[in-house]
Amino acid sequence: MPLHLEIQLLAVVVAAACALPGVFLVLRRVSLISDAISHSVLLGIVLAFFWVRDLTHPALVVGATATGILTVVLVEALHRSGRVKEDAAIALVFPALFSLAVLLIARYAGQMHLDVHSVLLGEIALSPFRRWEMGGVDLGPRTLWMMGGILVLNAAAILILWKELKLSTFDPALAAALGFSPVVLHYSFMALVSVTAVGAFDAVGSILVVALMIAPPATAWLLTDRLTHMVGLSVLLAVSAALSGFWGAWILDVSIAGAMATMTGVGFVLAFFLAPDRGVLAGIRRRTRQRVEFAGMLLAVHLLNHEGTLDEVQETRIDHLQQHLRWSPDFARRVINRAERVGWVRREGSERLRLTPLGRETARVGMTR
Amino acid sequence: MGDGFLSALLTDPTLRVVGLGAGAVGALAGALGCFALLRRQSLLGDAVSHAALPGIVLAFLLTGSRATPVLVLGAAFAGWMGTLFVMAVVRHSRVPEDSALGILLSVFFGAGLVLLTYLQRTPTAAQAGLDTFLFGQAATLLIQDVILVVGVGAVAILLLALFWKEMKLLCFDGEYGRVQGIPMNRMDVLLTSLLVVAIVLGLQTVGVVLMSALVVAPAAAARQWTDSLGVMVLLAGVLGGLAGVGGAWVSTLGDGIPTGPTIVLLASAVVVVSILAAPRRGILWDRIRLRRTRARLRSGSPGSALPGDTPGGGV
Repeated sequence: MPLHLEIQLLAVVVAAACALPGVFLVLRRVSLISDAISHSVLLGIVLAFFWVRDLTHPALVVGATATGILTVVLVEALHRSGRVKEDAAIALVFPALFSLAVLLIARYAGQMHLDVHSVLLGEIALSPFRRWEMGGVDLGPRTLWMMGGILVLNAAAILILWKELKLSTFDPALAAALGFSPVVLHYSFMALVSVTAVGAFDAVGSILVVALMIAPPATAWLLTDRLTHMVGLSVLLAVSAALSGFWGAWILDVSIAGAMATMTGVGFVLAFFLAPDRGVLAGIRRRTRQRVEFAGMLLAVHLLNHEGTLDEVQETRIDHLQQHLRWSPDFARRVINRAERVGWVRREGSERLRLTPLGRETARVGMTR
Repeated sequence: MGDGFLSALLTDPTLRVVGLGAGAVGALAGALGCFALLRRQSLLGDAVSHAALPGIVLAFLLTGSRATPVLVLGAAFAGWMGTLFVMAVVRHSRVPEDSALGILLSVFFGAGLVLLTYLQRTPTAAQAGLDTFLFGQAATLLIQDVILVVGVGAVAILLLALFWKEMKLLCFDGEYGRVQGIPMNRMDVLLTSLLVVAIVLGLQTVGVVLMSALVVAPAAAARQWTDSLGVMVLLAGVLGGLAGVGGAWVSTLGDGIPTGPTIVLLASAVVVVSILAAPRRGILWDRIRLRRTRARLRSGSPGSALPGDTPGGGV
């Protein structure tokens, strides 16, 4: 397989593997745990390395996952002690663990080829050079196998625990009352996040892990209300960000991980403004429409109030309306046009309005509502 | 030991600069961090420090200058844009704040990486030195940098003192302030801007990843010792400053002891001690109180015992 195809395949697998647990991180409002875990796993890797003295040993993954879970345990212990809030607990725990790791690396840097740069920034372009060979047969990049395994693990865990995850995410109290153990579920889920972060940061660096875990699910949440759709959409968005980021970086010859992270952000910003229901623009349009609708109702009530009174001639003049209801001429025109279109009023001559039977009925209902 | 350090601090010019710089950064971040902690914005520090990267690179790209004030200005601008982004997202969508912060830190940082790698390709790239902002290198501090930190920090503290009452309201009862006719939104922007400035000033010393700890740790430690905001800010400033100076000193004791992580570990140790041992709030005091109460109840002194506690009791 050509190099760039292998990188892309790896990028797709990493993106999908990260987006899956990311959905629940975002929905449970613990997104930043991914940031904490993806940094503090460095300590586990360093400690495990001191134990086995081999950077390719599987014990490193075990150690890293263990520190990931340790991070969660420490954050929760601090939070539960009541001395600091949860956000402060996160901000206290992971820098301390990361500092310890950096200190250990700096002290014993000569012995290991693990520099903080590659941990944070990652270099996915180098991943295909670490091959997995068995009996002299080249089986492809090692990271690809590992991330493939993690992807399968994540998908399987989410499928098997679907009901439990869904319930404990949206109604933790009910989940606990029904006898699902929130603690067991929580820690199993966090273990999953840790394993994913460990596997992925070897390939793409811890920052991109955070981007892939949080941005695509948050984007998907702006686009759908269904959990199944959100999961599918998150994977799709993460994969397209990874691929477009890869090609952007390839063409401009810049950091691949950085470009992928940037693309997840581009996707989020687009959805933030343009999402069909929840986008900022849709919100503005909806508010404008509601304002015109409400003003139309106001107009009908106003006309009904003065129907058959002495000042009817005066009060139904279009130019007087503008004054009386304090509408700008432009706004008044829009309101009247709409009221005419839905058949609440009709024009009498060029400057007066009269209610239709439908308009009269609407105004009566509107007043009693 | 302390004497040796003191004399070294006074005689060794490099150590003096590094110690002063780290101390000033720690004090400033510690004092302003109190407000972040109380307003539950602890992770803003983490997000802003990451978000500063594209600003630093862009400032260099646009001006070609590597002078600290230029880069800090770029960093502050990007960090500030980032906080505005988070505020807008929280306000106008259902995406919660933690996700918005996560997106901010990873996406801005990714964009910064893209710019940095783009810069490294250009032939004129004398970009060495931008890296120090990523991981922090207190040893690269110059006396001008320290003057900048102290100068800007003094202005920030002065502003804090001027708007003390408003800032206090912002932390504890913003609604009341609004009712009183104080422009709380503007105060919010001012306080957040001060925090952003403190964070970007510290980047060169401790780096992107660890800056958040310098914002939160002294404040979290100080919080355990007092219930008064004024005392807390002072104490956090002192603790942050001590952690900065102490970290700078410890890192001179041996080879391969980076300053940033040492500062953070010192500050974290102070937090642990404070949470355990601070009078009244400390966990150890809790235990002691519990034990005393138990002993008193067991010894049968009915003074504070509840009615149900007497054997066979209950009304």
